[in-house]
Amino acid sequence: MKNRRTANIEEKAVDADKPEAWGPVNPRRSEVRLGREVQARIGQQLRAMYEDFVRQGVPPHIEALVRRLTEQDDGTA
Amino acid sequence: MKLDPAIRDQVLATVPSLRAFAISLCGNIDRADDLVQETMLRALAHIDSFEPGTNMPAWLFTILRNLFRSEYRKRRREVEDPDGRYAETLKSHPEQTGRVEFAEFRAALARLPSDQREALILVGASGFSYEDAATICGCAVGTIKSRVNRARTRLADLLAVDSVDDFGPDRATRAVLAGGGRN
Repeated sequence: MKNRRTANIEEKAVDADKPEAWGPVNPRRSEVRLGREVQARIGQQLRAMYEDFVRQGVPPHIEALVRRLTEQDDGTA
Repeated sequence: MKLDPAIRDQVLATVPSLRAFAISLCGNIDRADDLVQETMLRALAHIDSFEPGTNMPAWLFTILRNLFRSEYRKRRREVEDPDGRYAETLKSHPEQTGRVEFAEFRAALARLPSDQREALILVGASGFSYEDAATICGCAVGTIKSRVNRARTRLADLLAVDSVDDFGPDRATRAVLAGGGRN
């Protein structure tokens, strides 16, 4: 059985239909795979989660760091 | 260094999405902020290698992704099952990573192999094209497509199971409980 340590093998476009490509899987996998509703929900949740993080903006310490690094002279001037 | 304020603003404008990518990748806000900070230091130290007018987000995401991968490889040598560990962290401490309603989704995301996870996030959430995602990950476009497809199918599998009942400590425990009847 393949596992996640065989990354170099996985690079060669593993056939998703082969059960060994998935490790322990739900027997209803192919059925689930066809579920457009499930796929839509995954996409929606992924974007919602990501947007939740994006809305947090720029942490003040990172903004301060960027401004400090970009506004100072080289020190040679 | 004195930097063109327009370039600086482009960098800053990318940070929210860059940070969201980092949190999604590593599942821990503190670690994600460290990664973003390290990315800023690297990027600004090598800002001369950025060509104005080209894709600033892709450039910064590439740097962060490479930093994450090199750290991940180091950790992998130290920890046998990093993905499993992250999943446990996410389930136990959803407040560390975001709203509780995403805890289950994030736990499933954390169970993906990291190459699939990053491909899915870049294409499905960050809004990069397959071509840009391939550039960021340093692989072929076909590889990105394959990883995204596998990630989606694997997530569908994990979430379909999870929606049947509560996401317990792990599947093995649930199977034992289901098979053994009452406790």
